Amino acid sequence: MKQASIMKNTGRPLKNHSSFGQALRNSLTMAYRGLLKIRRTPEQLFDVTLQPILFTLMFTYIFGGAISGDVQSYLPIIIPGILVQTVISTSIVTGVQLREDMDKGVFDRFKSLPIARIAPLAGALLADTIRYAIATVLTFVMGYLMGYSPEGGFGFIVIAALLVIVCAWAVSWIFAFFGVIARTAASVQGISMMVLFPLTFLSNAFVPVETMPNWLQWFVQVNPISHLVSAVRELANTGIIGTEFILSLVSAAAIVVVFAPLTVRAYMRRT
Amino acid sequence: MNKKHNDEWAVEARGLVKLFGDNRAVDGVDLNVRSGSIYGVLGPNGAGKTTTIRMLATLLRPDAGEARIFGHDVVKESHIVRQLIGVTGQYASVDESLSATENLIIFSRLLGLGSAEARRKASDLLEEFGLTEAAKRPLKHFSGGMRRRLDLAASLIAQPPLIFLDEPTTGLDPRTRSQMWDTIRRLVDTGSTVLLTTQYLDEADQLADRIAVIDRGQVVAEGTVDDLKGSVGTSALNLRVDQEQDIAYAREIVEQVLDVRASVTAEAGKITSPLTDPDQVTDLLVALRNRGIRLTEISVQKPTLDEVFLTITGQGGNENNIGPKISESSKRAEEVRV
Repeated sequence: MKQASIMKNTGRPLKNHSSFGQALRNSLTMAYRGLLKIRRTPEQLFDVTLQPILFTLMFTYIFGGAISGDVQSYLPIIIPGILVQTVISTSIVTGVQLREDMDKGVFDRFKSLPIARIAPLAGALLADTIRYAIATVLTFVMGYLMGYSPEGGFGFIVIAALLVIVCAWAVSWIFAFFGVIARTAASVQGISMMVLFPLTFLSNAFVPVETMPNWLQWFVQVNPISHLVSAVRELANTGIIGTEFILSLVSAAAIVVVFAPLTVRAYMRRT
Repeated sequence: MNKKHNDEWAVEARGLVKLFGDNRAVDGVDLNVRSGSIYGVLGPNGAGKTTTIRMLATLLRPDAGEARIFGHDVVKESHIVRQLIGVTGQYASVDESLSATENLIIFSRLLGLGSAEARRKASDLLEEFGLTEAAKRPLKHFSGGMRRRLDLAASLIAQPPLIFLDEPTTGLDPRTRSQMWDTIRRLVDTGSTVLLTTQYLDEADQLADRIAVIDRGQVVAEGTVDDLKGSVGTSALNLRVDQEQDIAYAREIVEQVLDVRASVTAEAGKITSPLTDPDQVTDLLVALRNRGIRLTEISVQKPTLDEVFLTITGQGGNENNIGPKISESSKRAEEVRV
């Protein structure tokens, strides 16, 4: 008799698949967990606070004179560039932390719960957008302090910030994939840096493309990072939502469409 | 699967196999666990206990064989199975960086409870497991026992009808361990089925209704605790007489009535003899009373599971050094083999 009542308690109708709504709710709960973890260990925000401050200062004062004649006229070029570079490379940490997290016992429990399989991954990635937001705000603030006054105005700066955050979230699926398939957190860091370094530096983020050799110009022009940097420059400096904006979003969507299923499948196979 | 079938068996596993490289960690395990019981899986380190549980709990995919939880296949219907089980791992599967309350709230939310409901559930469970005072502290400062209790609490949020406990008391001090045992017994009283692994024989002895002994990835014996003990040898009868001068006379009577040789521990006034048929004890007591011998203590001691274990796994048991009793018992061990 007691047995029956217990069965009834758990017995919402038993289904063998989780619905989309459930996946969304589970992911949001997991994102909440990620935020709690950040609140408990604020030191993991060091990179997103220090990097924008240091890099913005360094690159602006080192390259400013050489590339644009003076620091003031370099700011509209470098701030969008450094913003994209910083925020995108922050997304590596997502992959590294995911790997560390997955090695802990708590992931066994997540796997044994009747939740959507994608939730632990999607939640972690979603929570990390807070990191991208911090890096974005700090970069713009640094730029402002150094005298950057974007022509596009505040509204377009916000749009630019959101664009970068969305794109970084999309890119973080790539590093989440490395995080799931790699054996150790250190190797995730290694592989990710190898991918990201060429992508961010072989772009128009820091220097004008015309100064590069032809073969390199070709790569820089197809590099999605370049399109994202251009989109941010258009938004911030001229207040235009143009083709670069569309191209960036399309690239981001393409990354998610390819890497989200790959990552979830790899995650489930490890289960 | 028909309804009756579902209710009867919480776990049915046939020929489960898991390979790690060349190592056959689990090599054809069969298990049947009746619902509402405590089932113990006993074995030394590395015998395949954890791997077996992980397969049953959908955490590992079996390489061969099949397993059903309340009639649902662990591979094909894994999402359903997950709605019927709670898993408490060997290493506490809770979030180290969060507090006890936060842990339970997150698990509750994941299981579909509303915000207020999750909060209430968390505080109820913390209260029940004596963790209320520590509820807000980060787990880093938790003792091993508190961590295990929290872990078990997390497994009970959805009140799953089947709970897997992987070595629930390994590394706990004796007091915490017996608290854990009480908790596990309470679970079964509320109708849950518990499948636990342990390497402690007394734990299996204390808790389990039935036991499977696993060694090198295979079930080498299965049965009730008494079956297994009975398979090893006879029980021992212990008597303590009131007047020490009676002891020789009492021993004589014991040997006469039970038709065995008894031994005497003189200073304690204690007589020990093998006991094959418990029914004979009545005759013995009547005989002692008729001759006016008063007893202060009487007990029957079964062989310990340690003896069972060593005999079955073949570590230390061969006919030469333990004697003729063993050859008969290992034959009986064959009978309970699955």
